[in-house]
Amino acid sequence: MRVNFTVNGRPQEADDVWEGESLLYVLRERLGLPGSKNACEQGECGSCTVRLDNVPVCSCLVAAGQVEGRDVVTVEGLADFAKQRAEHGGCASAASGISGATGAACGTPLDAAKRWEARPADSQTGEGTELAPIQQAFIDAGAVQCGFCTPGLLVAADEMLERNPTPTDADIREALSGNLCRCTGYEKIMDAVRLAAARQGEAV
Amino acid sequence: MDFLRPASWEEALAAKAAHPTAVPIAGGTDVMVEINFDHRRPEYLLDLNRIGELGDWEVGEESVRLGASVPYSAIMDNLRGELPGLALASHTVASPQIRNRGGVGGNLGTASPAGDAHPALLAAGAEVEAESVRGSRLIPIDAFYTGVKRNALAPDELIRAVHIKKADGPQQYSKVGTRNAMVIAVCAFGLALHPDTRTVRTGIGSAAPTPVRAKAAEEFLNAALEEGGFWDNGKIITPSVAKQFAELCSGACNPIDDVRGTASYRRHAVGIMARRTLTWTWESYRGTAAATEGVA
Amino acid sequence: MTTDAPRATVGNTAPVGTPTKVTQGSRTKGGIGESTLRPDGTLKVTGEFAYSSDMWHEDMLWGQILRSTVAHAEILSIDTGEALATPGVYAVLTYDDLPTAVKNYGLEIQDTPVLAHGRVRHHGEPVAIVAADHPETARRAAAKIKVEYKELPVVTDEASATAPDAPLIHEGRDDHHIGHVAHPNIVHRQPIVRGDVEAARQRADHIVEGEYTFGMQDQAFLGPESGLAVPAEDGGVDLYVATQWLHSDLRQIAPVLGLPEGKVRMTLSGVGGAFGGREDLSMQIHACLLALRTGKPVKIVYNRFESFFGHVHRHPAKLHYEHGATKDGKLTHMKCRIVLDGGAYASASPAVVGNAASLAVGPYVLEDVDIEAIALYSNNPPCGAMRGFGAVQACFAYEAQMDKLADAVGMDRVEFRQLNAMSQGTLMPTGQPVDSPAPVAELLRRVKAMPMPPEQQWLAAGEAADVRQLPGGLSNTTHGEGVVRGVGYAVGIKNVGFSEGFDDYSTAKVRMEVVGGEPVATVHTAMAEVGQGGVTVHAQIARTELGVAQVTIQPADTQVGSAGSTSASRQTYVTGGAVKNACELVREKVLEIGRRKLGTYHPAWATAELLLEGGKVVTDGGEVLADLVDVLEDEAVEVEEEWRHRPTEAFDLRTGQGNGHVQYSFAAHRAVVEVDTELGLVKVIELACAQDVGKALNPLSVIGQIQGGTTQGLGIAVMEEIIVDPVTAKVRNPSFTDYLIPTILDTPTIPVDVLELADDHAPYGLRGIGEAPTLSSTPAVLAAIREATGLELNRTPVRPEHLTGTA
Repeated sequence: MRVNFTVNGRPQEADDVWEGESLLYVLRERLGLPGSKNACEQGECGSCTVRLDNVPVCSCLVAAGQVEGRDVVTVEGLADFAKQRAEHGGCASAASGISGATGAACGTPLDAAKRWEARPADSQTGEGTELAPIQQAFIDAGAVQCGFCTPGLLVAADEMLERNPTPTDADIREALSGNLCRCTGYEKIMDAVRLAAARQGEAV
Repeated sequence: MDFLRPASWEEALAAKAAHPTAVPIAGGTDVMVEINFDHRRPEYLLDLNRIGELGDWEVGEESVRLGASVPYSAIMDNLRGELPGLALASHTVASPQIRNRGGVGGNLGTASPAGDAHPALLAAGAEVEAESVRGSRLIPIDAFYTGVKRNALAPDELIRAVHIKKADGPQQYSKVGTRNAMVIAVCAFGLALHPDTRTVRTGIGSAAPTPVRAKAAEEFLNAALEEGGFWDNGKIITPSVAKQFAELCSGACNPIDDVRGTASYRRHAVGIMARRTLTWTWESYRGTAAATEGVA
Repeated sequence: MTTDAPRATVGNTAPVGTPTKVTQGSRTKGGIGESTLRPDGTLKVTGEFAYSSDMWHEDMLWGQILRSTVAHAEILSIDTGEALATPGVYAVLTYDDLPTAVKNYGLEIQDTPVLAHGRVRHHGEPVAIVAADHPETARRAAAKIKVEYKELPVVTDEASATAPDAPLIHEGRDDHHIGHVAHPNIVHRQPIVRGDVEAARQRADHIVEGEYTFGMQDQAFLGPESGLAVPAEDGGVDLYVATQWLHSDLRQIAPVLGLPEGKVRMTLSGVGGAFGGREDLSMQIHACLLALRTGKPVKIVYNRFESFFGHVHRHPAKLHYEHGATKDGKLTHMKCRIVLDGGAYASASPAVVGNAASLAVGPYVLEDVDIEAIALYSNNPPCGAMRGFGAVQACFAYEAQMDKLADAVGMDRVEFRQLNAMSQGTLMPTGQPVDSPAPVAELLRRVKAMPMPPEQQWLAAGEAADVRQLPGGLSNTTHGEGVVRGVGYAVGIKNVGFSEGFDDYSTAKVRMEVVGGEPVATVHTAMAEVGQGGVTVHAQIARTELGVAQVTIQPADTQVGSAGSTSASRQTYVTGGAVKNACELVREKVLEIGRRKLGTYHPAWATAELLLEGGKVVTDGGEVLADLVDVLEDEAVEVEEEWRHRPTEAFDLRTGQGNGHVQYSFAAHRAVVEVDTELGLVKVIELACAQDVGKALNPLSVIGQIQGGTTQGLGIAVMEEIIVDPVTAKVRNPSFTDYLIPTILDTPTIPVDVLELADDHAPYGLRGIGEAPTLSSTPAVLAAIREATGLELNRTPVRPEHLTGTA
């Protein structure tokens, strides 16, 4: 079947989709957006979290056919989404035509996959890449180790800070309780969200 | 596999009538797991996402008509006053992401004994609005669960909504899992006080082949409360009454040993939850809620 | 905003031992000791970092593995006809299609069939593989393969493995352990005997015994096993994969494919965590076989269900311990027997046995010991490497014993440990002296001295209980009823690096040249970056040693020599050591060039100690002699060199004596838990850790490792266990629904106190850190639960039924 929907502000069309495919599979394997991760495919880890019509969901549990005509934001579009929100007084609408980052035709092309380039500045400044505040905070706080849980956590944490700009620790833990991380023990993730919240507070 | 995308409720009913084996998919939180893990290959998937009214609810005089696809997060945010037990149960469902997608209709359709909503529905009192091209009917919740992952729906029927009695007194819900979040129930317990009728209703999850009420416990407690004039004098429930109520709730279980817990533990835990939720609701009824009421 | 921000400190004044020294000045920004940020961080937060499951290639096919549905059976027949006839299917391969005489692989013992041959030995063993144009096509085709099994009796524990009529898991064993084991279903046995236990036993005023059970833990890394094999024009194959050790994979893959190692070109793709679970091969050979057969690129991605069958797990264990102590609290003797279940194939079992035996005593002074550790072959899932292996299981048991003994003697549990704690100079039971700081008593002192978390935090926010702060969490099971606090302590010892005479080396290639008017260092190793931050540290080392700001880290591949495994807490030590060494050699060459070109302009070129700092050559007095740009001009200096730590010896097979280990690593924990004693639910409130790291090359990463390791220890304490049916030997919970790992609501604050006492044998004095925190975390949590409940609790994980008498 064919599915038309919007991803990170851009209209997308996926063809020859098998009816049992998930939104996650379509994003990763058909639209060249592998940022959403395939860690459990049973809604128990949150690595595939995207925003579907603004709401955080596990993209592994959304059937591809269900997103027809709907609007999706993935980690690849998070920086633009956050920027849009900041420019519109804390209310980003993904449908308002922001230009999302899109990768190659499908998946990660081998040439790109062959070498990731170390950023000489240790990504301290995120040189050359515009990041959402939560993305920068994850780097700065040391919340990224293997990084497989990171995209889902970023989407979930960003959405929480949108709803609740001054969360308590218990609020953060509750909001992120659907996102497993196996490397960090979550402490640095807590630091990162606190940092992003504090920076957001300063900026206002 | 075919993917059916009805644009309206009437189209959905027609599709279900034409393809009784079609598996309805709304939040996808059960169906997609089975598809991803190759446990199920339905001939047809019947997408209900495009039917807006399934996501609506109406608060009536006596009850709330809750659309089958109203997500758990919406229940928590909007219906805490009318459906406190179900709101508490909703908060224990999986993760925030799942609560944004899943709804009571899915829980009922799957009819797993571990579904989180069931004990709250049983305790509150509810009817399932099932509909087909042949017409609509209301199935009392007590008659809805017919076996392990089986329910009273006919092959051509879909769940349109659940009619849940509005709370006329305090309600509580507890669930035991082996993790502090994102966990399937080892067992669960719902309790609702109904001061209007001077009755108590219960619901037990994951401790029998189907969700069940602890009817003997309810009868015992109803009689004990009546006899002691508790509804009127607002006294503290005597420990012996609470203890016997808890034992009768344990006795209502018919659990199994599985990877999530032992049968013996389930019986034990249901008793503890029964005692605690009785205390919480009764204290709340007595108007001294502050000390014992949890924020969940 | 309220916070429970953890206190994390690094580099407190060290009261014992030698403080760390650094040779080449670290005045260059971004050198060692700074918390520089990850070079892959930006890519990882934007979703661009390419993990092994993200690979894509024009025309690629999807591979699917058919796995056994039973644990032990003869395969009577396999019919692939219908599968092959499925439209979209390009290949279906079984054992009969393997191209060479080499049909097995294995880390140490090549006992694991690439595809089952006539027999399956565990649930989920690969039987056939399929390549098709869509994953669903491949799955449907795999389901059409007809395998006829004749089930055999299963071996599931020591009794059934060593019974006289036990079926042999591997007939005709010819590995080098078969000569010293009592039964062919025992992989390896390591005894350690020292002193005179019977005589020492006579001196004991108190003797305590315990029988302990340790459950099977899964690494549960989030990135599933996956990769892409691309057939090459030269008949070889390019393999992009997530692994812990490229060259070990290569050594096992090439012979099965019948290719020289040079024609199997491996590149590390993004690794979504490892923790030991990627030390063995998973989909590597299968993808290559399918790619070579079909002539098309083949991608394989396990789902979570398959992942539970796709890698080895932590050995479950039964441990029997006896300890004695005098009435003054001095340990007299220890006897123990540790039985590890290795499952159907050997994997890392021999090394796990070596660690369990040699570290069975823990970080204590004990001169009279009698230790035996064995690993079994069984029909249970294969077990192998997982963070802290061997030492983790032993620590759980000996720390429980320490509490029992302290109670028997009537001493404070921490003081009892401190009284018996080892220190620098103590002899291990293997006879090996501990020749670097061993601040065991100090770590305990520090962890005990940390402030306690406040009581009843669930009431902190107001009058109503915040269930998120209570056992049961969002499930709303208690508002404080039945909740009892408990506190527990534990300390552990872990070896660092590969032991027992293994030639444990790494290779680094370092290049220095001027690019765009700036001196740039390029570091190339085959080290698997699995999230630990090795790439961050390599750049720091290069900056420190070469005084440059710009460092490029090349992707890890097999075009450079082996780096050894990213395991055993060894990479910062060994590959870090190799990078340091190669940088030093590059530095010498650069200085030679400088002397040659510029030596006549300043006498200090010949007389002074010269350093590279801030892109310049400077004297140790700080005088600038030249810019590196002017020294190098258009010359490039490149060195590729292997580097080894000091050699180790095998343990004697009868006495266990020998200098078997390279280095030891120590951590201590204090756990504070709150237990709902009626429902048996546990909330860990705080897990404080103190660890000696020798030298924190990157303090932020060090703390991240300690907190992560601590949390994995918490998992095995209260929830994580692969449950294997004792009758069928089938795995009962292969999913994230029923194999639970801690969520952020299960994980407490983890304050960390980092001690830096140099090990003078190691680069920069550093100590391998990744594993030690996983050891003591588990017994500390168990001790705290014991204190809260008064129960003995001799197994881990402890589940609600164990705490409520309803097991």
